[in-house]
Amino acid sequence: MTGILAHRQGPLVRSGFRIVGKLGPLIGLLLVFALFSLIGPESFSSPYNLQTMARQTAIVGTAALGMTLVIIAGGIDLSVGSMIALVTVVIAATLQAGFDSWVAGLAGILVGMLAGFFNGVFITRLKVVPFIVTLGTLLILRGIAKGFAHEQKIDAPLTWLKDILAALPPERSWQLLPPGVWLMILLAIGVVILLHYMRLGKHIIAVGSNEQTARLCGVPVERVKIIVYTTSAAFAGVAGVLQFSRLTVGDPTVATGVELDVIAAVVIGGGSLSGGEGSVLGTIVGALIMTVIRSGCSQMGLPNWVQEIVTGGIIVVAVALDRWRHRRQDS
Amino acid sequence: MRGISKSFGSTLALDGVSFSVNMGEIHALVGENGAGKSTLMKILSGAIQPDAGTIEINGQPYHPRNTRQGRETGVGMIYQELSLAPHLTVAENIALGMEPTRGGILRRSEIRAKTTEALALLGHSDLSPDALVSSLSVAARQVTEIARALAIGCNVLVLDEPTSSLTGEDIQRLFSVLRRLRDQGVSVIYISHFLEEVTEVSDRFTVLRDGRVAGAGESKSASLDDIVHMMIGRSVDQLYPQSHRTPGECVLEVKDLAGRTRPAEAGFTLYRGEILGIAGLLGAGRTELLRAIFGLEPIIRGTVSIGVYIGPSSPSRRWLQGVGFLSEDRAGEGLAAGLTVSDNIMMGMRKDVKFLGFFSPARHDNVATRWIEQIGIRSTGPSQRVRSLSGGNQQKAALARLLYEDVDVLLLDEPTRGIDVASKSHIYKLLDDLAAGTHGPPKAILMVSSYLPELLGICDRIAVMSRGVLGRPRRSTEWTPQALMLEATGQGIRA
Repeated sequence: MTGILAHRQGPLVRSGFRIVGKLGPLIGLLLVFALFSLIGPESFSSPYNLQTMARQTAIVGTAALGMTLVIIAGGIDLSVGSMIALVTVVIAATLQAGFDSWVAGLAGILVGMLAGFFNGVFITRLKVVPFIVTLGTLLILRGIAKGFAHEQKIDAPLTWLKDILAALPPERSWQLLPPGVWLMILLAIGVVILLHYMRLGKHIIAVGSNEQTARLCGVPVERVKIIVYTTSAAFAGVAGVLQFSRLTVGDPTVATGVELDVIAAVVIGGGSLSGGEGSVLGTIVGALIMTVIRSGCSQMGLPNWVQEIVTGGIIVVAVALDRWRHRRQDS
Repeated sequence: MRGISKSFGSTLALDGVSFSVNMGEIHALVGENGAGKSTLMKILSGAIQPDAGTIEINGQPYHPRNTRQGRETGVGMIYQELSLAPHLTVAENIALGMEPTRGGILRRSEIRAKTTEALALLGHSDLSPDALVSSLSVAARQVTEIARALAIGCNVLVLDEPTSSLTGEDIQRLFSVLRRLRDQGVSVIYISHFLEEVTEVSDRFTVLRDGRVAGAGESKSASLDDIVHMMIGRSVDQLYPQSHRTPGECVLEVKDLAGRTRPAEAGFTLYRGEILGIAGLLGAGRTELLRAIFGLEPIIRGTVSIGVYIGPSSPSRRWLQGVGFLSEDRAGEGLAAGLTVSDNIMMGMRKDVKFLGFFSPARHDNVATRWIEQIGIRSTGPSQRVRSLSGGNQQKAALARLLYEDVDVLLLDEPTRGIDVASKSHIYKLLDDLAAGTHGPPKAILMVSSYLPELLGICDRIAVMSRGVLGRPRRSTEWTPQALMLEATGQGIRA
């Protein structure tokens, strides 16, 4: 019956639903943006503010790209905030020890990846659910960062790392956006290619959609999971580099609670915590929606608590709309 | 129920169906998947509302707006997928949603009394009201569900495919429970694909086809052929085709195999160009045998040789060695329901992948389309989600994966469970073609089934598994259903 139904309903209606579904978060972003452009101050839609909002999105957005993979694979990673803090500390310490900026940045990312690798190994070998394992590493990594930095900020010599996410100076305005934002865009394209044109991407989706089926089909489930958590940590590492660029010091207390923003970005963008679903464009748009609300509210002089209430409401409404669309599509 | 009509979108699911059940009668409702049985029963339970038509229960008009109203009026539903909370006890499940309380405090003694009473009515006083549902067998869970329906005082009990996960003895036990209920005046509506069961247990039957009543009658006087004819609108001359098959070289040899608990001991050889069937009761270790061969369960003792490959292996290696596995649990393990037909067929991604694991989605869709057409999966195309296919078409998609991988050895666990007769007939034809080598080299098929007619119909040889021990395979012609059952229950003469 379903087969006939699908035939009669016609592919046009279905694909119509699918397109609206895919663009749902984008429409949401445009609405929120239009709202603040109308009621907010004129400076809200100025090119400078647009650039600022892009810069503010880059850290959460980059980490959320990795989280998109984790959530599609049916997992969760609560340790990214701590990971970002640890990475800034490692970068600062490496720079202080006299190493080159490249070395410092890569060292930071590698330390992050190592942490992610352990997340993956604990989840697959000890067979503990990701929520618990990464809740543990959230505390462990934060503790390591604080211990390593002796509970202080680590000062570092100023290098080009500080320019990655700084506002563009006028003579380089032809670049439109600072390099850190371009980096996020490139990484996003990379994840799109991974998910749509590569075997690993399909395996990630398969593991999240139905792990048992994936195992039966010969997908190396454990290996895929370890790769996913390591990759997510690599993205958190890059986010750590961006965070360092913003701070110019290593701060073991930075990015507390950022993991929740990161997860929210993925979920607003259509990611399902039960796995198998998630979209790169959606995630970036999700991160942008939160920045726009924050920026808009603060420029209108609204207090912080208003932003929090609005952002929270958006998360619930976005997911409710997404579920509703799924039900429509399936029936 | 009179003149019931219901449409979804532009599809008419029920077209003026009239249906009546007497008090104290077992009435079978049969029809292919999609014939409208489930829709009709959902209307009866109040889960959905009809567009037209009226329902009367005991002469009273009945218009349930939701399932709660249906339950209060005395309509109990037992679905194919059991709906019990595994972390609660039998008594807690039976009282679920209707818990008697006093000032917000549960009245445990009353719950226990009601449970004991309902279980006694079913002749299952052996079941402890305090047992955790997760510790019960499938059959015991089903009894719990029926008891729940009885505890709320139902006088119409609907069972949707209740036996698809039961075997032999448990089915008979269920039947005696149903007969007992009938004798107490309960109207039982029994939905099943197994026509033998229908003629055995029911008093009358109604056949639905394409949303209309295609026939009805007394179960005693109807022949299976007549019912099948009504169901599909044509007769199935050759439900079980057996083309000429020539056994070739040995492709799978299992010696003295034992798993952690099951199988206890299994040994056989499988030749190219044959279908070897494995019969047995649920829990005999048939599924575990297939899973151990495929590397999904540990092997404690014994060897599995596949061509030149000897010893245990992982599922991903097995696929590379030319072995494919079809799970009995289509929804839980066989298919990723949220993904597309194409993704499900090509999930392993061992073929049609280029350098560094890159692939072309368009090409994959083309390949999938070829298999969709070849196997006759009724779908809108390779990008349709598996969730929205009918059971029979889902099963074809699961089988398509094995054909796409072009495996030589097919390990099939209950390949026709819960699908309609027309799809079954397609699958039998497909398996026959594979074994006979109609398209390309012949394959070797090892098939587990609880449905004896199909084993006897399409297998070349059949072996019986009993309490973890696999008996000697013998030619299908040497077996009778009685002999298979005897050996399965451990009373046969061991060869």
